[in-house]
Parts: sequence; C-alpha cells; structure tokens
Amino acid sequence: MHGRTLLEHAQALQAGEVSSVELTKSYLERIRVHDGSINSFITVTEEQALAQAEAADRTRSAGEAGSLTGIPLAHKDIFCTRGVKTSCGSRMLDNFVSPYDATVVERLKAAGMVMLGKTNMDEFAMGSSNETSYYGPVRNPWDPDRVPGGSSGGSAAAVAARLAPAATATDTGGSIRQPATFCGVTGLKPTYGRVSRFGMVAYASSLDQGGMLGVSAEDCAALLGAMAGFDSRDSTSVDHPVPDYWRESAQPIDGLRLGLPKEFFDDRLDAGIRASVEEAVAAWEGQGAKPVEISLSNLSLATPAYYVIASAECSSNLARYDGVRYGHRCQDPDDLEELFCRSREEGFGAEVRRRIMIGTYALSAGYRDAYYGRAQRVRQLIRQDFQQAFEKVDVIAAPVSPVLPFKLGEKTQDPVAMYLIDCYTIPVNLAGLPGLSLPARPVDGLPTGVQLIGNYFDEARLLGLGAAWQRETDWHRQVPPEFA
Amino acid sequence: MSEWETVIGLEIHTQLSTRSKLFSAASTQFGAEPNRQACGIDLALPGVLPVVNREAIRMAVLFGLSVGAKIRTPCVFARKNYFYPDLPRGYQISQYELPIVEGGTVEIELQDGNRRQIDLTRAHLEEDAGKLLHEGYAGESAVDLNRAGVPLMEIVSEPQMRSPEEASAYMRAVHGIVTFLEICDGNMEQGSFRCDANISMRRKGETELGVKVELKNINSFRFVERALRYEQQRQVEALESGQPIIQETRQYDPAGDRTRPMRVKEYADDYRYFPDPDLLPVVVDQAMQVELAESLPELPQARRARLVEQYALAADLAAVLVQSRQWADYFEATVEAGANASTAARWITGEVFAHMHKHSTEGVEPPVSANSLAQLLKCIDSGVVSNSAAKEVLAAMWQGEGEAEAIIEARGLRQVGAGADLDQWVDQVIEAHPAEAAQYRGGKDRLLGFFVGQVMKASGGKADPKQVSEQLRARLQKD
Repeated sequence: MHGRTLLEHAQALQAGEVSSVELTKSYLERIRVHDGSINSFITVTEEQALAQAEAADRTRSAGEAGSLTGIPLAHKDIFCTRGVKTSCGSRMLDNFVSPYDATVVERLKAAGMVMLGKTNMDEFAMGSSNETSYYGPVRNPWDPDRVPGGSSGGSAAAVAARLAPAATATDTGGSIRQPATFCGVTGLKPTYGRVSRFGMVAYASSLDQGGMLGVSAEDCAALLGAMAGFDSRDSTSVDHPVPDYWRESAQPIDGLRLGLPKEFFDDRLDAGIRASVEEAVAAWEGQGAKPVEISLSNLSLATPAYYVIASAECSSNLARYDGVRYGHRCQDPDDLEELFCRSREEGFGAEVRRRIMIGTYALSAGYRDAYYGRAQRVRQLIRQDFQQAFEKVDVIAAPVSPVLPFKLGEKTQDPVAMYLIDCYTIPVNLAGLPGLSLPARPVDGLPTGVQLIGNYFDEARLLGLGAAWQRETDWHRQVPPEFA
Repeated sequence: MSEWETVIGLEIHTQLSTRSKLFSAASTQFGAEPNRQACGIDLALPGVLPVVNREAIRMAVLFGLSVGAKIRTPCVFARKNYFYPDLPRGYQISQYELPIVEGGTVEIELQDGNRRQIDLTRAHLEEDAGKLLHEGYAGESAVDLNRAGVPLMEIVSEPQMRSPEEASAYMRAVHGIVTFLEICDGNMEQGSFRCDANISMRRKGETELGVKVELKNINSFRFVERALRYEQQRQVEALESGQPIIQETRQYDPAGDRTRPMRVKEYADDYRYFPDPDLLPVVVDQAMQVELAESLPELPQARRARLVEQYALAADLAAVLVQSRQWADYFEATVEAGANASTAARWITGEVFAHMHKHSTEGVEPPVSANSLAQLLKCIDSGVVSNSAAKEVLAAMWQGEGEAEAIIEARGLRQVGAGADLDQWVDQVIEAHPAEAAQYRGGKDRLLGFFVGQVMKASGGKADPKQVSEQLRARLQKD
C-alpha cells in the first residue's frame, strides 16, 4: 500500500478498496517500525490521526468526500498545530503547544487530510543537513550515514521512506528542494506569497515560503491546490487565482523554451549530477522542449546577499523568544538582562545563535548600508536577471545541489562550506520565484535531482514538465531498499 | 535671560480612536483586566503576522490633510529592535524613513491674540508597548499587554517654538485638531494625548542649536508650560555660570514643580531599524485622499471664527465652546432648535458645564439633549420662567424628570406677569408696609429692592421680578 502515490491513495479510497483508518494505521505502523533508524518525526499524533481518519471515513460514507479526504500526511514542525507541540526543531520551543493552527494546517484539515505527526527539521529552519535540530539529526533513508538535506530533512526522509505519502515543508534558501534531491522525492517551493505564512514560524519573512514534498509532481499539484490562496491574515500573501494544478499540469510541452543558465553548470557542480540533469533536459527536449542557453550574471552574489538578508530578518524574528511569555526560560535569573541572555543562550543552538549574531551585526548602525542595504541591491539585480531571462525562456532547468548527499558531520565544522551547498536554490528565493525539485538518475546509489524554475505563479507549468518527465521515468517511484 | 533664546520642539503622541489595535483585531478599550485584550498577535506567538488596520491609516491621512501636509504613498512600516518585557516581538513596529505624513503647519494663538505658524516635520504611525506591573508580585514584575499594539500617531514639530507659552498653545491647537477630526479622544488623564518636549537655549542671534534636553511624557497643557519654564530657568542659570548642558532625558515632577534626570534605559542605543518584511508598503491612492479631503470637518479655529461671525458671540465664549467638538456641536444644535444664540452660549458654558463637571461626566453625552435645552432657554427668553427658576428646572431635567415645560407646570414655576394676581400682591405688600412706602416716596429709592423681595415672597417666587419692580415703581409713585 505504501508504494502508492498520494493520488493512487485517493483513487483507492474513492473506490472503497481501503478506508482512511486502514491507510492511516498502516502509515502509523510504518512510522513505529522504521522511524527509529531515520529520526524523521519529532511528534507522532497517533490518537488525533485515528480520530481524523474516522471522521474522514464518515465524511466519505456521507458522500461528502473531496479528492484529498482521508489521506494521511505529515507536517513540518515549523507549522503551528493546535493542541500539538510545535518545536521548530528547537529547545526554545520544546515546551510550546500551539493554541492555533497555521493557515496551511487549517486548509489541509478542511480538505479532510489526516495529520500523522510533526517532522524533524533544522532548528528554526536554519541548516542544510538537518544536523542543527535539538531532536538529533535525521538520517538519509538511502544511506543512514548521510544527511537527508535540510532544513525540511524530516519531511523529505519521511516521504522517501514512505512513512507518509506526503509532507508539508518550507523553503527559505532551498529547504524544500535540496532535501527533496538528497532523498529522491519531489518537492515544490511555490511563488513567494502563493501559500500563506500565517502560523508558519518565521525564519526570514521575505524569503520563507511554504510548500510540500511528495512522491510525484502530480501529488504536489494536488496538495498545492488545497494549500494555496490569499489569506487576509498574511499581508504578503497574494490575491491571485488558484488554478486546478492537477488538471493544468497535464498541459503539452511542445515548443516550450527551456533555459539553461550557464552559471548553474559551473565547475562547482558534481560531474555525475551534471550528467543526470542533462539526461532530464534531453528527455524534455525529446518531448518537444527547446533548450536555450542563458546567463544570470549576478548569480555569484546570491549566497552572500542571502546570508545577510536572511540573518538580518532572523535576528529580529527570533527576538520574541525572550523567556518572558512562552518557550524556554532559564532557571533563577538574577535580573532581567540575565533572563533574556541565558534563556536565549540555552534555548538556541549554535547555528541559530551564529545567524542572529550575523544579522544583528548586518543591521547595526554604521554597518546597515554596507551589508543589509547592499544585499538588498544585489537582490534587486538577481530579480532583474531572472526577469530578463523569462523574456527569452518559459522555464529554467538547473541542478538543485552541486553535491551528492554528504556524510553526517562532514561539514558541520565549516559553516561557509555548508552555506555554499545552497548556491543553486538561494537565487530562486531571493527572486521569489517558484522552484520544483524532481528526482533524477542516481549517482553512486545516491539520489540526485533536477530543478525547474518558473516565472511568478507559473507552478502549473513546472508541475506539468515534472509530470511529463515522471511519466517516462520511475526515479520518483524508487524506495530505499530497507524501507521497501 | 533676555539675551537667551529658547528653542522648543514637541513630539506629541496621540492614541488613535480605532476599535481594534494597529496590527491585530484585539480591542483597544481602556481599563480592562490585565491581558484580557491581548490576542495571539499581541502576545507575539510563534508564526503570527501583523496586518495593518486600515482605519488607523485613514485617521493619519485625515490628520495630514487637515494640516496641509504631504501624504507619502507608499509609506513603510519599519521594525525598531530592542528587548524589553513589555515589547512582545522584541521590536516595535513603527515608521522610520518613510512616514505617512510629511510636513504641514499648525497655527497657534497666544494669550495676547498673536498668531504663529508652527511647521511639522512629520507624523507617523506606531504601536504602543505593554505595561509592567510591579506592585503585588512579591519581588517579581508582571506584564500587561492590553496596551501592546494600540495605535499611536506621533506628531513631530520643527524646533520653532520660542517660549513655554507657545509650546502649550501648540499642544492645545493639536489637541483641538485631533479631537475635532475625532481620530483621538484627547483624554490626557488616560494618556491618549501626551507629549515629549525638546528644549535648548542659545544666545540671541546664534544660528546653531544648543544642547537639548528631552522632557518625557507630559500629559497636561499646564504641565508642559511649567516644565519648560523650569527647564528654561535651569538651563540659563547653568549656562550663565559656565556649566555645560548635558544632553539627557528628564521628567517633570508636578508636585515639586521641577524636572529630574530619568534613569537611562539600557539596550536603547542601536535600534537596528529595517523595513518590516511582514507588511507591504502602504499605498494611499488619490481617490482615498480626495474622499477624505472632502470629509474633513471644520477645525477649531475656523469654527470659532464662524461662531463669532454667524451668532455674534463674544470671542471668549466662542473659544470656550470650540475647546471640544462635542460642545460646539451641542451649541449649534441648541440654536438650531430655536434657542437664542447668546442665551445658549451663556447657559452651556455656565450651567451645563457646571452640571457636567459636578457629575464628572466628561466625554459623555449630557443627559439633556440640545433640543430639550433649547425648549428651556426659549421659556427664559419669553419670560415664562425666571432665570433662577430655570436653574432649578435644568437641575430637574438633568435628573431625568422630563422636559422643561412639564417641570415648570408640575413645580408651579411659571412666572406671573402683569395681571390680577400681581396687582393683588403689590397692593397687599404696600398696605402691609406703610412706613417703608412713605420713606420710599420720601426719596429712599433703595427700598424698592425690599418691596420686590416682599412681593416675590408673596408670589411664592412665581412673579417676574422685572414686572414686579415696574409695578411697584408705578404704584408707589401714583399715591
């Protein structure tokens, strides 16, 4: 049963081959048996899941089921879930039970989906390997000595190991697409503003975007339809019509101009990964797409600009964790200053503290223009580069990560090396564009992926290309042997 | 002293009268139990986002238009970062480089009738912080977040005021504008309208500004004047004795009538401002500006001039009436309902204010409507009731005993004019006091008062004193 895609589950539920309770129980059982080896969940909400599954089955017998009713999924622990611990992978929020549901959670609940639990992640979504979590690292289901990517490493690993048919995730600099690639699953980061950020714990507000990880592009399309749309509680969400992504993803690709930015195929890129990406491009070409070489000349500035902007915003966004109202509070502080300092020192891990320091520095009087101001100008240049590119091409194809999944601990001593892993995903966040990560031919038995970048609100086209490629290949259907 | 010039600039904080907070739907009502008016957004729970209150934007634009300022569009909300327990997000959402209102002027009028234009630098929107409670928590402090997120508009003047009197007149003028626009309730005791005053001294003729001192949180027109006067004196004395002025923040102590240096808040040096990425730049389109410009009410100065012009009121009475829009409206409604304008102005600023004050119902609607008051005033002017009896009638009306006419009848307060009754009382009184009558006729005019009193007494207060004295004069003459 767990070999199915989300849409296949939907068909089985609709055909009455399986009930939501049976389906939910089977995934809960898989989590119980297998999660010990990969640590992809922080919280498993068994009781609630079964209650939601029963409710979904009743909805179905009443003839009121929608296409997603009764399908289980997992939420990244960055989304607030009412009555359930929402830790964001941090000791700071280890005791935080959210009194409300995030808009994403609310919408998927309303669609009848069943929450299996909350997935592990890098602390406050800051990391590219899922090694910064307070709850321990997540392991890559394809090789337990390797990282699953981050920050949505728990969601990616859970879907790869088929402990959940799909999972929500977030992407600030590549946190959906890079773990998707490392774990061999499909992941979509929508256009900034497409999915509400209300109830999604903020890391860098101008870059954070909610999305999902699933088995197939079609699965992602189905979920996006339920998650996307304007939310009056998020001023940055965009009032743009939500198409039927599932249907629209079936559009033809004949004549589509596929841009290949040369800066993405530089010498940082692993040769094996390059071959896998080129294979995917050739497949689309075979389906009628026209490859066009393009240039995004300011790309090399993206990573430094990102670490200034994201850190600046995080230094302010994380100021609310002060030990006063909720979250971790240190024992017996002598005074107010100590309450603030020690609570934060104890509550936050090293990477989070590092980024708060970088951001505080970048915004300080006398440095603000040189760092934050300049980074914003770079961001503008990168946005322009993409806009010019989209005058010549319809979609951009690129690698997701320059490297294969690396070993746990391999890069933890070198933060800059870790930061540079996101060089192909970060520019997309700076520009606010949608990006899709699709599993490609593995290299040395490890998953790889190809990235499709679209113009604003062009998710359907990305998903259509993805679905077309996935109809011809089965990389996305491969399950790590231990979890088969 | 005369060789020194005083330079004063004011930052006025007005609490906008929106029903909900600047970035959340929680109520802004004053006086609730601690933390009953703080929602998840005010508590800064993980994941919550601010959404700007359009009503606050409307109010700020209204103010900008009323002082002839430029409305900046788009304007931008920025984060002012610092840690304090009453600041739940760890930053205050304010406006920094791109405020909603830029420039503008406010006209002030001094005691001697002189007028001056004071330029505004800007007015911007920001949220209030919460409040720390220190009493009753045994060595700990508690936080009340009811105020957190309440919308404030900070109005910053150029340093153009040259005396404490001007500062106070400016504060009054701004108070008049925001209350007439009904964007602020103007309640100074509850802190809805307060100011910080910056003051420095320089020798006359100098163009450089002296070292300034900031006087924080002054919530009365009188105090701002006194505080600045004290500070003026203190600074001149220091300068003349060769001591430097220290740039600092001081607080006015009304009891001791002096200013004192305030404890300096730590963490306050570098606020690391940057545009709030959770909020989009706010656009105030031309259509909205035009619509609001058309809805601008008459402001205090224009209204006072019109009251003087239209109703031939004395300037001082008109000035008292325009101290609040409520009373100016009440006055005009009373006249509209048929009362004589000068009677209405005198009664409203006299008896009605006295009742309002006695029942401490400030800011509340008077229990006697303008229409009801007009009925009473008409009775006075037509001689139906005497001035003194009318006071009794108004008191009864205040207690909800009904309309003027009914009370006059019920209490038998109808004034008795010329006629049989009056003739009879006058006759009786003259007959009963032959000696006094003789003295009066002998030239002792001041006895007339005695006779009037006797007649009034005989009438049980119902007689019209004017008519009584006329009758008496005629009758005592006749014999």
